[in-house]
Amino acid sequence: MTGVIVLIVALLVAVAAGLVLKARSGKVQSFDRTDHGDSPGISTSVNVITGDDLGEPLGERATLVQFSTEFCAFCPQTRVLLTGLSAEHPGVKFVEVDAAENMDLTRRFKVFSTPTVLVVRPGGDIAARSSGKQQKAEMSQALQSVLDDAGHGARW
Amino acid sequence: MIDSRGPRFGAAITTVVLAIVLATQSGWLLFAQTLVFAVGAIAGLRYAPYGLIYRNLVQPRLGPPAKTEAEAPPRFSQGVGMVFAGVGSLGFALGVPLVGLIFAAFALIAAFLNAVFDYCLGCQMYLIIQRFRTAA
Repeated sequence: MTGVIVLIVALLVAVAAGLVLKARSGKVQSFDRTDHGDSPGISTSVNVITGDDLGEPLGERATLVQFSTEFCAFCPQTRVLLTGLSAEHPGVKFVEVDAAENMDLTRRFKVFSTPTVLVVRPGGDIAARSSGKQQKAEMSQALQSVLDDAGHGARW
Repeated sequence: MIDSRGPRFGAAITTVVLAIVLATQSGWLLFAQTLVFAVGAIAGLRYAPYGLIYRNLVQPRLGPPAKTEAEAPPRFSQGVGMVFAGVGSLGFALGVPLVGLIFAAFALIAAFLNAVFDYCLGCQMYLIIQRFRTAA
């Protein structure tokens, strides 16, 4: 009897977890621009990622950062999607970070699942974030809003 | 590269097997499932028993795959399944059936998520394990 109860509980947990994961997967969370001014200490900020963090300069208009692992089911297709977006838009760079090899960044940006994508403004400010299976429409939109914003850069 | 439908088919069979393990509290069946996980993880998915069933009986009826994927993620997740099912089997063998049931239940949740929602929980465990390993 205990076994049947455990079975029913496990199935309920699995269905609930599956629905939550499905709802979250690919959902883009957007962030307002953070005003970090001229502070030299920004490199440890959780809102800002720098060229030093990534080991290469940021893109001129935007950077798409993908946290991946070797054993990640949706990382390859996300890589294809983001590589395509960066090729379509001049000044947009794609950088892939091995989450297991760069544990400092993984912890700083609280990456618990892969792929996790950061859409980064030219100054390093993180504009949007998304985990799981990525949809082209949502990613394009997140990138476009950074590109549009950069077009009105004079305001800032 | 492998047919993406193969691991999901295997996960569906695994879900059913683990459901029977729980309902009947069968330590032997859980041990058999542990061996199935072990073959996939250690020898490779090419030799995985449920994969053999898929390739010989199911795939010929479905036709060529629309989508392929790398072998490493599902193979790693078979290893995670092996550890959970192995600990559960040990629980049954040592006369602590509750441990057997709980670990079998975790393996069932992972297999169900894979089969029904195409979510590889075992794959996500890799980064979580790395985070623990480097936490010290």
